[in-house]
Amino acid sequence: MSFINDPIGFLAEWITNFLSGFLPEAWVIFIVTLLGVIITASFGLIIVIFLIWLERKIAARFQDRLGPNRAGPYGLLQTFADMIKLITKEDVVPEKADKLTFNIAPILSVVAVLLIWAVVPFAPGWIGTDLNVGVLYIAAVGSFGILSILMAGWSSNNKYALLGAFRAVAQLISYEVPMLITLMVPVLLARDMGMMTIVESQNLWYIALAPISAIIFMVSSIAEVGRTPFDLIEAESEIVAGYHTEYTGMKFGMFFAAEFLHAFTIGVIFAILFLGGWRGPGAEEFRLLGVVYLMLKGLLGYFIVMWVRSTLPRIRIDHMLAFNWKFLTPLSLMLLVMTAILDKIFGDTALRLPLLLAGNVLVLFLGWLALRWASRRQTKTRRVFKKRPVAKPA
Amino acid sequence: MTVEQAVFLFTSFLILFSGFMMVTRQNLVHAALYLVVALFGVAVIFVLLEAGFLAVVQVLVYIGAIAILMIFAVMLTRGNATEEQESMNAGFGWAMLLSALFAFALIVMLGQWADIGAMAPALDAGRSTIEELGSALVSPDGYVIPFEVASVLLLAALIGALVVARPQKGGK
Repeated sequence: MSFINDPIGFLAEWITNFLSGFLPEAWVIFIVTLLGVIITASFGLIIVIFLIWLERKIAARFQDRLGPNRAGPYGLLQTFADMIKLITKEDVVPEKADKLTFNIAPILSVVAVLLIWAVVPFAPGWIGTDLNVGVLYIAAVGSFGILSILMAGWSSNNKYALLGAFRAVAQLISYEVPMLITLMVPVLLARDMGMMTIVESQNLWYIALAPISAIIFMVSSIAEVGRTPFDLIEAESEIVAGYHTEYTGMKFGMFFAAEFLHAFTIGVIFAILFLGGWRGPGAEEFRLLGVVYLMLKGLLGYFIVMWVRSTLPRIRIDHMLAFNWKFLTPLSLMLLVMTAILDKIFGDTALRLPLLLAGNVLVLFLGWLALRWASRRQTKTRRVFKKRPVAKPA
Repeated sequence: MTVEQAVFLFTSFLILFSGFMMVTRQNLVHAALYLVVALFGVAVIFVLLEAGFLAVVQVLVYIGAIAILMIFAVMLTRGNATEEQESMNAGFGWAMLLSALFAFALIVMLGQWADIGAMAPALDAGRSTIEELGSALVSPDGYVIPFEVASVLLLAALIGALVVARPQKGGK
């Protein structure tokens, strides 16, 4: 493999050959793997800088203003300024707070998001670790983030932080259910749980085969991250700052960075599962093009998240939970069963696309009927005044 | 000492340490967090045994659902964050004696097992482990009956929780 076609493979081979000269093989493998881990984790953390700037600019443009444009050209250095500000802030720990838990919670929050990047397939052959249960691994790692919220809320020794943490965890574990169910739809279509295999079997992007499942996955992922319209977790007007009330300085910076990175990560996961991942013209030959395609699609997902954020108001917690349990979960279950049956029968024929699309539209129609029935039941129209004859000119 | 053995020793030490800390902590939330560490150690052991699916499911179900539920229960029923409990009760002596006897019996029994140093039998590489697991769960001469019975049990638990948590109709 030459350098242009496969830079990472070329570099890995070069380093392995170089180190094998004077180190035993186990150490060489260990060092090369460690380098891979460091590069993947650093990529995640460094891209947060760009993401925060992008978020502020795009949110500003949605609100018909410019956004940060003073710190550096187009405000590109704004995030560095924010980082310096956060680092130089005083690190306040409440007196009766549980010190170890208090300090570990933000770290665990960032770790939970970075662990997802271990199974993201950047290009053919470039993946942190090709688990054959990659999809389930993503769901499992999300639970570390939930644990970190509980730890943060409880260890602050603050009633509001604790209440905020409870509400946040209730929301997160509720929205995990439709997320996991719709996560199974690409697994069904690809017949495998490994992320690389899912991308490689997307000759036709799965968003065409399962559009409603893709939308439900996007909605529940936005709820998982805690973005508007589901940002009751950190709503300043409601619960001060929720579970990170007592966090100052860089610890708050870690929660902040973890949230933005999580939002981008779900954009990338959405791109991998439904938009074809690194697939595109020329990706098999020039691996870097695969990375470019994946990042572009991931940024599209991130743009959708920001778009929804700038458009919709916040949803109340009881409406949020009712929406999840009474609408999203039954709908996603129906879609899973329908996709399974149709794909098993017509999977290898040319009827796969039109039949699955028709099935999705049918389920969407049924869901719309159910919503209409539910809203009609709630609002009863009644006549306030008796019907009176209209006066006519003589 | 291979890398696998080193990882196994480190993980076993971690599990034993967090298990010991879990039963001796007086702060219940600390005990629950040590339980999470112990469960994560068990997931690492599953990985060492080449059961990747089980490791991921262990993290997803035990840490992601059961441990969080336990922490919720502790936090909702103990209002004070720094409330401490007595970590030993009157039956401590008898419990210690029984545990020591049990551990001794286990060690003697395992020591007399002839296959303790044997390698695990290799699975046929035709089908992946997940496919094997899936087929075993739904095949009639596999484990389909325990699978379905477990689903019915979970349904019963769900209905029971709903009945218990439902707001009373008509007021009291």
